[in-house]
Amino acid sequence: MTYLYKAIFVVAALGLSACTNPGALNGGNGTGNGGAGMGQGTGTASDPHSAAYFQQTVGDRVLFAVDTSTLTPEGRATLTGQAKWLMDNPEFAAIIEGHADERGTRAYNLALGARRANAVSEFLISQGVAASRLRTVTYGKERPIAVCSEESCFAQNRRAVTVISAGAGA
Amino acid sequence: MIISRVMTLLLAAMIAAVTMPSTSRAELTLELKDGVIEPMPFAVPDFVAENRGAGDYASQIARVVAADLTGTGLFREIPKNAFISNVTNFNSPVQYADWKAINAQALIVGAVTVGSGGRLTVKFRLFDVFSGAPLGEGLQFGGTTKSWRRMAHKVADAAYSRITGEGPYFDSRVVFVSETGPKDARQKRLAIMDYDGANVQYLTDSRSIVLAPRFSPTGDRVLYTSYETGFPKIYVLDVATVGRRVLADQPGTMTFAPRFSPDGQTVVYSLSRGGNTDIYRMSIGGGNPVRLTSEPSIETAPSFSPDGKQIVFESDRSGNQQLYIMSANGGEARRISFGKEGRYATPVWSPRGDLVAFTKQNKGRFHIGVMRLDGSEERLLTASFLDEGPTWSPNGRVIMFMRETAGANGSSSLYSVDISGRNLKRVKTQGGASDPAWSPLLK
Repeated sequence: MTYLYKAIFVVAALGLSACTNPGALNGGNGTGNGGAGMGQGTGTASDPHSAAYFQQTVGDRVLFAVDTSTLTPEGRATLTGQAKWLMDNPEFAAIIEGHADERGTRAYNLALGARRANAVSEFLISQGVAASRLRTVTYGKERPIAVCSEESCFAQNRRAVTVISAGAGA
Repeated sequence: MIISRVMTLLLAAMIAAVTMPSTSRAELTLELKDGVIEPMPFAVPDFVAENRGAGDYASQIARVVAADLTGTGLFREIPKNAFISNVTNFNSPVQYADWKAINAQALIVGAVTVGSGGRLTVKFRLFDVFSGAPLGEGLQFGGTTKSWRRMAHKVADAAYSRITGEGPYFDSRVVFVSETGPKDARQKRLAIMDYDGANVQYLTDSRSIVLAPRFSPTGDRVLYTSYETGFPKIYVLDVATVGRRVLADQPGTMTFAPRFSPDGQTVVYSLSRGGNTDIYRMSIGGGNPVRLTSEPSIETAPSFSPDGKQIVFESDRSGNQQLYIMSANGGEARRISFGKEGRYATPVWSPRGDLVAFTKQNKGRFHIGVMRLDGSEERLLTASFLDEGPTWSPNGRVIMFMRETAGANGSSSLYSVDISGRNLKRVKTQGGASDPAWSPLLK
């Protein structure tokens, strides 16, 4: 496990330094629900240039195994699609939210969420998305989307969500 | 002093009960029922109202004193209706026989005067009934009528300290996160209250997520993490004015898990950059952050030793979360947690300097525990679905923490437990509460 982390961090070190000046794109309160209404110009899912299409058809999130930030094959496929969409729609910028399940302590989960968000960011950058269009934020265990205290819910909460917004090309 | 001798034995027995096999209990002459120490009986008659207007305070102060003492689990109050004699004059001789007859080992007698301009004066004396003598000098506290609860806590602190030999802790406050709303849309705001849950005051609104407030060593400022900008950042808040400012704000980074140094001049915290979280320190006044760890692993939850020379923190550099100690200037760290199983997190150095309190996660359960600085004598004090984030009472005898219940309707509450593992109880708050931090003793 440590081995994998290290591999990710080597990649990570090359990455986010271009991501500067964090501000409030979506206001102070964590969204993280990935539901409708994120960002401007949401549109409908039938419009391939809409945020709704990104969320519902491309897929806005990837899931992680317990206490890891390693991308799964399924996650990489989703992110490959995300990268392609972002390159086709250069007017959009993205904030990648990293989340953890409730089975961890608060500070550690913040750090784990940061790892997950960064893993996604690095993958998108490796696929050609400009780093300047991406920012990362961790919510730790603060914004679960599934509230049962069972693995079926925990699995949904261990996620990184790519939240896009139009007209903010950094 | 019979009382203090008994009490010393009692405390020794409580510690022994945790660390020694039960066979050693037979040497002690204390009554043990089902492993529970018999608390010391005491009486606290309504304080004497020495002038008009003091009546309400006289009875309420006595109630708070009684609640403080019984709340420790070390004392049991003898109810008023068992009293043979009463106390109507602060200076009358104590009728020891009457108190002995109802088995009151300790007697607390007090008097209250309300002066002009809402000035409140509280006097008290403590008596060792079975030796028929006062225990220590009488004491007098002055303040405003608004601060009557504080004066009650000071009386209880004096009685507690004289009887147990431990430091006081009732005259203290707790800063915490007040929680409302469902689990998937929780609203959080900072709040402060007396250690017993009274006098709640809100310090922030619930527009932004706020996390893990920590007191300055003088209790007048609070460090915390807020999502005000959309990203987690550390703020410092002045308790009196509720004014706040961003403390650590480097572009492209997120900061959290701050704590003050014992002299209040330095803040140690975690900073995430490019997915990696390390520990940094900076002056409370600003200036350049100094990086203390440089590992690809997660380093977080730093806490200073009471002398300010060392920092205990958690890291997953070994593969999972464990506790480490390093110099306050960084450098080589030594691992202190070596439990065969489980993960260790949120270490907090005890005020006495000899113990570290922590959260342990093992086999799907969470525990609050304490260990020595070399990791020896690990004791788990609690167990539940989710216990997290210990904070020490000013005297190092009690630990407060948060407990969250499972399920869709799960919510957080504050609990406290004696470091012996006894006297686990919920701290009363309105609504949900998490992330408590205990203040130093108020001045």
